[in-house]
This record gives sequence, structure tokens and C-alpha cells, in this order.
Amino acid sequence: MTVLDYAVLLGFVLVILGVTLATIRLVIGPTLADRIVALDMMTVQLVAFGGLAALQARSAAFLDVAVVLALVGFLATVCLARYLERRILLSAEELA
Amino acid sequence: MITELIVSLFVVAGGIFCFAAGMGVLRLPDLLLRMHASTKAGTLGSGLILVAVAIAFAESTVIARAVAAILFLILTAPVAAHLIGRAAFRSGVPMIDDTACEDGVTEALRKRPAERHPEDATGPATAHVEPEARPEAEAGTPATGGAPRKAP
Repeated sequence: MTVLDYAVLLGFVLVILGVTLATIRLVIGPTLADRIVALDMMTVQLVAFGGLAALQARSAAFLDVAVVLALVGFLATVCLARYLERRILLSAEELA
Repeated sequence: MITELIVSLFVVAGGIFCFAAGMGVLRLPDLLLRMHASTKAGTLGSGLILVAVAIAFAESTVIARAVAAILFLILTAPVAAHLIGRAAFRSGVPMIDDTACEDGVTEALRKRPAERHPEDATGPATAHVEPEARPEAEAGTPATGGAPRKAP
């Protein structure tokens, strides 16, 4: 194993720890907004995971996974944020 | 060999930033502070790892894809954070005690739905027009332009 292999392994460990911590926040998050933030960050970290997989497998195909995950993650975040905002408006309308 | 060392450095630095982002999201006391950790540290960590991929492969197609991914992350992170932050602020998430808030911002952002109803009432009162006016008002609400200008 070369230095790079060890570094990639360490990177995997750190990124997976980050995703795990975000998952804890996703589970315990007191409000919906906390959960949206945690999901958003998990997607960004999965992009990093895709980059690390490309390095480990020595195959650039995993980079496409990372790009697509970035696109889908942004769309998911926008949709969830819009849902959160619309939910406030709709519930206010129902109350009034 | 030198390239390998540089790539290793970028990978480890990116991993540390990703871990810091996860730690921040879990441990910081407040939603807006958690967004601070996730948006900045998370994007930086992913960007560093993608830079490492670009250096390691050193092919034009891989570099183009890595740069595209980094640019996309950097361009979309503020947009997503702004959307979440605005929606969360309007939904009234709890904030820590020292949070400073400019005068009038809370009123302008949080009392929008209540404000809209007088507008609906003063609008054309005919039963024929009202079903048309309602979707228009709904479509107009997400844009920040309309109501705060009328409010003062």
C-alpha cells in the first residue's frame, strides 16, 4: 500500500464519520429545517465519497456519480425548502 | 511520488473538513449556526477531495468533470442555504439568545400571510373574479418583491 491508499482510507473514515454525525442530527433534529440541513449536508458529503471512490478504484466513472449527486442534491434541497415555506403559508391560510 | 503526496494531502484535508462539517451540524446550538457549518465546511471538504481527484488523474476529461462539480457545488450552496434559511426563519425556528435581528425584518418576513388577507379583501369582491385572483396571489407570494414594498 502506498501513501495515497492510506490517505484515501483515512479520507473514507472521516467522510463516513461526518455522514454518521449528520445522520444523528437527521434523526434527532427538533424541527423539519434541521432535518433538511442534515440531508443537504449528507448529499454534499456523498459527493466527496464519490470522489474518494474514484480515487480508490482508479476509475473516473465514479466522478459522474459525484456530479449527478450534486445536481440531484441541490434539487432535493430546493424542493424541501419550498415545501417548508409553502407549508407555513398553507397552514396560515387554513387558520385564517 | 510528489503528486501522490500532494493528492494525499488534499484527500486528508478534505476528509477533515467533511468531519468538521458533520461535527458542526451535530453539535452547534442553533439551526442557522448548523447551516454555517454544513454550507461552508462541507463544500470546502468536497471541493478539496474533487481537486485531489483532478490532480490524481491528470486527464483533461476528468479535470473538466471535477471542475464542473466544484463549480456546481460552489454556485448552488449559497442558493440552497438561502432558501433553507429564509423558510426556517419564516417558520420561526428557535434561535440562541444572542441572535441579533434588525428591526422590522421579523415583521416583514413572518407576518406576510396575515398581511395578504386584507389585500384579498380589498381586491375585486366579485365572486366571478376571485377564483382567478387567488392563484395569482399564491404565485406571487414566493417572490420577495411584492409585499415588503407595500408594507411600510
